[in-house]
Amino acid sequence: MTIDVKYFGSLRDRLGRAEDRLDAVGELTVAGVWVALHPETPLPLNTLTAVNMECAEPTQTVRDGDEVAFFPPVTGG
Amino acid sequence: MKIELRARSFDPLLEVGFYQSGLGELPGQCGATAIFIGTMRDFNEGEAVHRMMLEHYPGMTERHLQRIVEVAAREWPLLDALVIHRVGDLQPNDPIVLVAVWSAHRAAAFAACRFIMEELKSKAPFWKREETASGPRWVEHNTPG
Repeated sequence: MTIDVKYFGSLRDRLGRAEDRLDAVGELTVAGVWVALHPETPLPLNTLTAVNMECAEPTQTVRDGDEVAFFPPVTGG
Repeated sequence: MKIELRARSFDPLLEVGFYQSGLGELPGQCGATAIFIGTMRDFNEGEAVHRMMLEHYPGMTERHLQRIVEVAAREWPLLDALVIHRVGDLQPNDPIVLVAVWSAHRAAAFAACRFIMEELKSKAPFWKREETASGPRWVEHNTPG
Protein backbone atom coordinates (compact mmCIF):
# COMPACT_ATOMS: atom_id res chain seq x y z
CA MET A 1 0.00 0.00 0.00
CA THR A 2 0.99 3.60 -0.49
CA ILE A 3 0.68 6.27 2.19
CA ASP A 4 1.17 9.97 1.53
CA VAL A 5 2.79 11.68 4.49
CA LYS A 6 2.87 15.40 5.28
CA TYR A 7 4.79 17.41 7.86
CA PHE A 8 4.02 20.90 9.10
CA GLY A 9 5.49 23.67 11.23
CA SER A 10 8.69 23.13 13.17
CA LEU A 11 8.59 19.42 12.38
CA ARG A 12 8.74 20.14 8.64
CA ASP A 13 11.70 22.46 9.27
CA ARG A 14 13.48 19.90 11.39
CA LEU A 15 13.05 17.13 8.81
CA GLY A 16 13.95 19.43 5.93
CA ARG A 17 10.97 18.36 3.81
CA ALA A 18 7.20 18.72 3.71
CA GLU A 19 6.21 15.31 2.33
CA ASP A 20 7.12 11.68 2.06
CA ARG A 21 5.56 8.73 0.30
CA LEU A 22 5.67 5.35 1.99
CA ASP A 23 5.24 2.06 0.18
CA ALA A 24 4.57 -0.67 2.70
CA VAL A 25 3.05 -4.11 3.10
CA GLY A 26 0.99 -5.47 5.98
CA GLU A 27 -0.91 -3.68 8.71
CA LEU A 28 0.47 -0.35 9.77
CA THR A 29 -0.51 2.24 12.37
CA VAL A 30 0.09 6.00 12.25
CA ALA A 31 3.02 5.53 14.65
CA GLY A 32 4.26 2.71 12.43
CA VAL A 33 4.31 5.05 9.45
CA TRP A 34 6.64 7.35 11.36
CA VAL A 35 8.92 4.49 12.41
CA ALA A 36 9.10 3.17 8.86
CA LEU A 37 10.15 6.58 7.52
CA HIS A 38 12.31 7.73 10.45
CA PRO A 39 13.75 4.63 12.11
CA GLU A 40 16.49 6.69 13.77
CA THR A 41 14.24 9.47 15.09
CA PRO A 42 11.62 8.93 17.81
CA LEU A 43 8.35 10.76 17.18
CA PRO A 44 8.69 14.03 19.17
CA LEU A 45 6.51 13.84 22.30
CA ASN A 46 4.17 16.71 21.53
CA THR A 47 3.52 15.68 17.94
CA LEU A 48 -0.11 15.57 16.77
CA THR A 49 -1.27 13.26 14.02
CA ALA A 50 -4.04 13.24 11.44
CA VAL A 51 -5.34 10.72 8.92
CA ASN A 52 -7.11 12.10 5.87
CA MET A 53 -7.28 15.51 7.56
CA GLU A 54 -8.99 14.21 10.70
CA CYS A 55 -7.20 14.11 14.04
CA ALA A 56 -6.02 10.58 14.79
CA GLU A 57 -4.33 8.63 17.55
CA PRO A 58 -0.89 7.14 16.81
CA THR A 59 -2.48 3.72 17.27
CA GLN A 60 -4.95 4.21 14.40
CA THR A 61 -4.52 1.79 11.52
CA VAL A 62 -3.87 3.30 8.10
CA ARG A 63 -5.14 2.08 4.75
CA ASP A 64 -3.86 2.20 1.21
CA GLY A 65 -4.14 5.71 -0.17
CA ASP A 66 -4.44 7.42 3.22
CA GLU A 67 -2.86 10.79 3.84
CA VAL A 68 -1.09 10.87 7.20
CA ALA A 69 0.12 14.13 8.74
CA PHE A 70 2.49 14.85 11.62
CA PHE A 71 2.62 18.30 13.18
CA PRO A 72 3.36 20.20 16.41
CA PRO A 73 0.65 21.81 18.58
CA VAL A 74 -1.32 24.40 16.63
CA THR A 75 -0.77 28.13 17.18
CA GLY A 76 -3.26 30.01 15.00
CA GLY A 77 -5.52 32.93 15.77
CA MET B 1 -21.88 31.25 7.23
CA LYS B 2 -18.60 31.96 5.56
CA ILE B 3 -15.10 30.68 6.24
CA GLU B 4 -12.17 32.06 4.33
CA LEU B 5 -8.38 31.92 4.35
CA ARG B 6 -6.60 34.98 3.01
CA ALA B 7 -3.07 35.15 1.67
CA ARG B 8 -3.06 38.96 1.72
CA SER B 9 -3.74 41.65 4.28
CA PHE B 10 -7.41 42.53 4.82
CA ASP B 11 -9.50 45.13 6.62
CA PRO B 12 -11.72 43.27 9.11
CA LEU B 13 -14.22 46.07 9.65
CA LEU B 14 -14.72 46.56 5.93
CA GLU B 15 -15.23 42.81 5.62
CA VAL B 16 -17.89 42.83 8.33
CA GLY B 17 -19.71 45.74 6.70
CA PHE B 18 -19.53 44.19 3.27
CA TYR B 19 -20.72 40.80 4.50
CA GLN B 20 -23.52 42.29 6.56
CA SER B 21 -24.78 44.31 3.63
CA GLY B 22 -25.35 41.04 1.77
CA LEU B 23 -27.40 39.44 4.52
CA GLY B 24 -30.77 40.52 3.17
CA GLU B 25 -33.51 40.48 5.83
CA LEU B 26 -31.15 39.85 8.71
CA PRO B 27 -31.08 43.42 10.08
CA GLY B 28 -34.67 43.12 11.35
CA GLN B 29 -33.94 39.93 13.33
CA CYS B 30 -30.47 40.74 14.49
CA GLY B 31 -30.05 42.44 17.84
CA ALA B 32 -26.40 41.64 18.43
CA THR B 33 -23.21 41.46 16.41
CA ALA B 34 -20.07 40.30 18.22
CA ILE B 35 -16.73 40.85 16.50
CA PHE B 36 -13.29 39.63 17.48
CA ILE B 37 -10.23 40.82 15.58
CA GLY B 38 -6.84 39.30 16.30
CA THR B 39 -3.89 41.46 15.28
CA MET B 40 -0.19 40.68 15.05
CA ARG B 41 1.83 42.14 17.94
CA ASP B 42 5.37 43.43 17.54
CA PHE B 43 6.47 41.45 20.60
CA ASN B 44 6.05 37.94 21.94
CA GLU B 45 7.55 36.18 24.94
CA GLY B 46 9.81 39.14 25.73
CA GLU B 47 11.26 39.61 22.28
CA ALA B 48 10.56 42.02 19.42
CA VAL B 49 8.95 40.34 16.41
CA HIS B 50 9.51 41.87 12.98
CA ARG B 51 7.60 39.48 10.75
CA MET B 52 5.58 36.34 10.98
CA MET B 53 4.72 33.48 8.67
CA LEU B 54 1.45 31.61 9.19
CA GLU B 55 1.51 28.08 7.85
CA HIS B 56 -1.61 25.96 7.48
CA TYR B 57 -2.70 22.54 6.26
CA PRO B 58 -4.69 23.23 3.08
CA GLY B 59 -7.95 21.33 3.22
CA MET B 60 -7.78 20.34 6.87
CA THR B 61 -7.67 23.93 8.11
CA GLU B 62 -10.80 24.96 6.18
CA ARG B 63 -12.60 21.78 7.19
CA HIS B 64 -11.92 22.34 10.88
CA LEU B 65 -12.85 26.01 10.81
CA GLN B 66 -16.13 25.06 9.13
CA ARG B 67 -16.79 22.43 11.77
CA ILE B 68 -16.08 24.83 14.65
CA VAL B 69 -18.61 27.30 13.26
CA GLU B 70 -21.16 24.52 12.75
CA VAL B 71 -20.76 23.42 16.37
CA ALA B 72 -21.29 27.02 17.52
CA ALA B 73 -24.40 27.29 15.37
CA ARG B 74 -25.84 24.19 17.03
CA GLU B 75 -25.01 25.46 20.51
CA TRP B 76 -26.32 29.01 20.13
CA PRO B 77 -29.10 30.56 18.01
CA LEU B 78 -26.86 32.29 15.48
CA LEU B 79 -28.22 34.13 12.49
CA ASP B 80 -24.89 34.12 10.70
CA ALA B 81 -21.12 33.94 11.17
CA LEU B 82 -18.05 35.08 9.29
CA VAL B 83 -14.51 33.84 9.90
CA ILE B 84 -11.50 35.13 7.95
CA HIS B 85 -7.99 33.95 8.84
CA ARG B 86 -4.70 35.06 7.33
CA VAL B 87 -2.05 32.71 6.02
CA GLY B 88 1.38 33.54 4.62
CA ASP B 89 3.60 36.46 5.55
CA LEU B 90 2.42 39.06 8.07
CA GLN B 91 3.83 42.22 9.61
CA PRO B 92 3.06 43.75 13.01
CA ASN B 93 -0.38 45.35 13.14
CA ASP B 94 -1.71 43.14 10.33
CA PRO B 95 -5.05 41.53 11.20
CA ILE B 96 -4.63 37.78 11.69
CA VAL B 97 -8.18 36.66 12.30
CA LEU B 98 -11.71 38.00 12.19
CA VAL B 99 -14.63 36.25 13.89
CA ALA B 100 -18.02 37.93 13.55
CA VAL B 101 -21.33 36.44 14.67
CA TRP B 102 -24.85 37.74 14.38
CA SER B 103 -27.63 36.76 16.76
CA ALA B 104 -30.89 38.10 18.17
CA HIS B 105 -29.35 38.69 21.61
CA ARG B 106 -25.93 39.60 22.99
CA ALA B 107 -25.45 36.55 25.22
CA ALA B 108 -25.41 34.17 22.27
CA ALA B 109 -23.33 36.54 20.16
CA PHE B 110 -20.64 37.03 22.82
CA ALA B 111 -20.54 33.37 23.78
CA ALA B 112 -20.41 32.02 20.24
CA CYS B 113 -17.75 34.52 19.18
CA ARG B 114 -15.59 33.55 22.15
CA PHE B 115 -16.19 29.84 21.55
CA ILE B 116 -15.24 30.02 17.87
CA MET B 117 -12.08 31.96 18.69
CA GLU B 118 -10.94 29.63 21.48
CA GLU B 119 -11.70 26.51 19.44
CA LEU B 120 -9.87 27.97 16.47
CA LYS B 121 -6.79 28.64 18.57
CA SER B 122 -6.71 25.18 20.10
CA LYS B 123 -7.85 23.03 17.16
CA ALA B 124 -7.42 24.63 13.73
CA PRO B 125 -4.15 23.61 12.09
CA PHE B 126 -2.13 26.82 11.85
CA TRP B 127 1.50 27.32 12.86
CA LYS B 128 3.27 30.63 13.47
CA ARG B 129 6.93 31.24 12.72
CA GLU B 130 8.24 34.56 14.01
CA GLU B 131 11.20 36.53 12.75
CA THR B 132 13.06 38.08 15.68
CA ALA B 133 16.38 39.87 16.13
CA SER B 134 17.91 36.55 17.17
CA GLY B 135 16.52 34.72 14.12
CA PRO B 136 13.40 32.78 13.21
CA ARG B 137 11.52 30.71 15.78
CA TRP B 138 8.34 28.64 15.77
CA VAL B 139 5.74 29.62 18.31
CA GLU B 140 5.41 26.60 20.59
CA HIS B 141 2.14 27.38 22.34
CA ASN B 142 -0.64 29.94 22.48
CA THR B 143 -0.89 32.71 25.05
CA PRO B 144 -3.44 31.92 27.78
CA GLY B 145 -5.96 34.46 26.54
